[in-house]
Amino acid sequence: MKKLMKGNEAIAEAAIRGGCRAFFGYPITPQNEIPEYMSHRLPEVGGVFLQAESEVSAINMVYGAAGSGARVMTSSSSPGISLKQEGISYICGAELPCVIVNMVRGGPGLGGIQPAQSDYFQAVKGGGHGDYHMLVYGPSTVQEAVDLMYDAFDKADKYRLPVMILGDGMLGQIMEAVEIPPMKDPAAFAPKPWATDGTGTGKGRRIINSLYIDPDELEKVNHRLFDVYVELAKNETAYEEYKTEDAEIVLVAYGTVARIAKSAVNLLRSNGVKAGLLRPITLFPFPSAILSALADKECIKSFTAIELSMGQMVEDVRLAVNGKKPVGFYGRTGGNVMSPEDIVKFISEKEGR
Amino acid sequence: MAVVFQKSRMLTDVPFSYCPGCTHGIAHRLIAEALEELRCEGRTIGIAPVGCSVFAYKFFNCDMQQVAHGRAPAAATGIKRTHPDKVVFVYQGDGDLASIGTAEIIHAAARGENVTVIFINNAIYGMTGGQMAPTTLIGQKTTTSPAGRTIAANGNPIRVCEMLATLDGPSYIARCALSDPANVMKAKKAILKGFRNQLEGKGFSLIELLSTCPTNMGLTPVAAADYVKNDMTKVFPLGVYKDIDAEQK
Ligand SMILES: Cc1ncc(C[n+]2csc(CCOP(=O)(O)OP(=O)(O)O)c2C)c(N)n1
Ligand code: SF4
Repeated sequence: MKKLMKGNEAIAEAAIRGGCRAFFGYPITPQNEIPEYMSHRLPEVGGVFLQAESEVSAINMVYGAAGSGARVMTSSSSPGISLKQEGISYICGAELPCVIVNMVRGGPGLGGIQPAQSDYFQAVKGGGHGDYHMLVYGPSTVQEAVDLMYDAFDKADKYRLPVMILGDGMLGQIMEAVEIPPMKDPAAFAPKPWATDGTGTGKGRRIINSLYIDPDELEKVNHRLFDVYVELAKNETAYEEYKTEDAEIVLVAYGTVARIAKSAVNLLRSNGVKAGLLRPITLFPFPSAILSALADKECIKSFTAIELSMGQMVEDVRLAVNGKKPVGFYGRTGGNVMSPEDIVKFISEKEGR
Repeated sequence: MAVVFQKSRMLTDVPFSYCPGCTHGIAHRLIAEALEELRCEGRTIGIAPVGCSVFAYKFFNCDMQQVAHGRAPAAATGIKRTHPDKVVFVYQGDGDLASIGTAEIIHAAARGENVTVIFINNAIYGMTGGQMAPTTLIGQKTTTSPAGRTIAANGNPIRVCEMLATLDGPSYIARCALSDPANVMKAKKAILKGFRNQLEGKGFSLIELLSTCPTNMGLTPVAAADYVKNDMTKVFPLGVYKDIDAEQK
C-alpha cells in the first residue's frame, strides 16, 4: 500500500528496512528529518542513534561501527559532507561498507539552503585525498530514492565501499506517495569475517587499517580498489532513457532536475522538436557507454547537460561523447531551479529550434 | 624449568618498532597484562591512533582498528555503541588526543562512553620528528619552538586530566608516570581500574601516562625518564582526578 511521505523520512525508513541499525550524524538543513526520524525509529528496531559533536566525529563513528560489522549510515548536506571527507577517504582506504546521504545545498562556503547539484565533482571524483570512488546514486523521485536506499547496504557490503545517495533539498522535502518495501531480515545478511567484532585473537585477529607503508603494497591496494570500480561499472551502471529512439536533441540530467528535463522534452516534442532525455541513475559509475552509443546514432545532433550547478556532470558527458557530437550546458545555481519552459527557451535559442 | 615471567598473551610476537628507551613499549605491556588479567582475550577491540603508536594494531593480540589522526574516541564510540558487550580501548598520543582530537575526546568523555582511553603524554610529536605538542612544557625546545615554548607565542600546556575531570561523564581519570618501577606499578593499577570500570559498565575512563621520547627530547633513556619524573610532573601533577567510586564512599 502506498503511503504519503516526505522524501527525507521515506529514505530513513527505507534504510531501516534495508538493514540499517546504526546512525551517526550532525544537524544541518535540508536533511534534518533524517536524523530526527532515525532518533525515534532506530531504537524501536534495536538500533543505535547518536547525534555526534560534528560531522568529523559522525563519519569516524561510522568508520568504527562499519569496521566492526554494523550496517551503519550517516546523512548531511554540503558543508557537513565537506567535513566528512577525511573520514570517507579512510573508509575507502580501509574498504568499509556504509551509506552516506548528501542532500545537496548551494555553495561554496555556507552557500544557501536551497536545492543544488554543486557537489557532483566531490561525490563522483573522490572528494577526499587519495585514489578512490564511491557508488553514487542520483535518485529523481522519492520512490526511486527509497528503492535505491533499500538495497544500498547490500551493495556496500558486496563491494566493501561507501554508497552515497546524492539528493537535494527538493528530494528531501517533497511529499510523494511511496511503496515502502518490507523489513529485510538481518539474520540473512552475509557474515563479515573481516570485521573487528572483538572475538579475534592470534591468527584469527582482524585489523581495520588504511596504512600501507610499503609502496608496492599500497599500489596493490590502489589496483584492488580500481578493480572493484571496474566490477561496479559492469554490474551496477544504471540509467533511464526517455524518448531517445528518434531524438535529435538529447538532454542529460539527473536527480530532481531530470523530472524538469522530462517535462521539457514533452514540451519540445509538442513544439515539433524531437527531444529525448538520458537520465543517469548511477553517477559513479557514470553511464558513459550508453552516451557514447547515443553519440554514434545518426539522428542525434547534440547533447545538452542540464544541472543545478555551473557545469559539473557536463564534463563526464563530454568525456563520454568524446567529440562525436556537440555538448551544450544549461544550469541554474544559488538555489534557483529552472522550469521546463526555461529549458525549452534555452534549447530554442541555442539550437535555433 | 619453571617459567617465572613471560610476554603477555595479549601481545603478538611482532617486535615493537619503538626507539630504545621509549615508554610506548611499557605502556603496551601494561595494557596487555591488564587485559589478560581481566580475561578480556577474545572479546576486545583496540584502536590505534596516528603517531608513533600507529602500528599498535600489529602488537596487540586482539581485533584492532587504525583510525584517522585524533578521531579514535569517535571510532571507539561507533564500535562500543554497536558492540556494547565487548571491551573497547583507545590508545592516543598527546598530539592525537590533545590537539587535533580535542573535540572527539571531550565529547566521548562528556557522553560517558563506556570505553578505556590510554593517553600517552610525551610532551612532543614523536612520529613527525619532534615538533611542539599541546603538552610541551614552557621553555622546552622542539623543532617548531627552537628557542623554547613561550606563553606569548604558544600559550600554556593543556592539562587533559584536570580539564576532563570537570565533566560529569567520566568514571575514572588518573595521571601516572612511566618514569621508574614504582610509578610503572601505579600505572598498571590505574589501567586495571580503567578496564574494570568498563567491564562493570561504569563509563568512560582515561589514564594519562607521562612518557618519554628520548629520540626527540635529545636525552638518553635514563635522562628522559628523569625529565618525566622531575620536570613533567611539576606541570602535570600525578594523581587521581576523578573516581566515582571514591565519590560515592
Ligand atoms: C590530518 C593529519 N595531520 C597531520 C598528520 C601528521 N602527524 C602524524 S603523527 C603526528 C603527531 C603525533 O604526535 P603524538 O600524538 O604526540 O604521538 P607520538 O608520535 O608522540 O607518539 C602528526 C602531526 C597526520 N597523519 N594527519
Ligand atoms: S620517536 Fe619518540 S615517541 Fe616515537 S618511538 Fe621514538 S622515542 Fe618513542
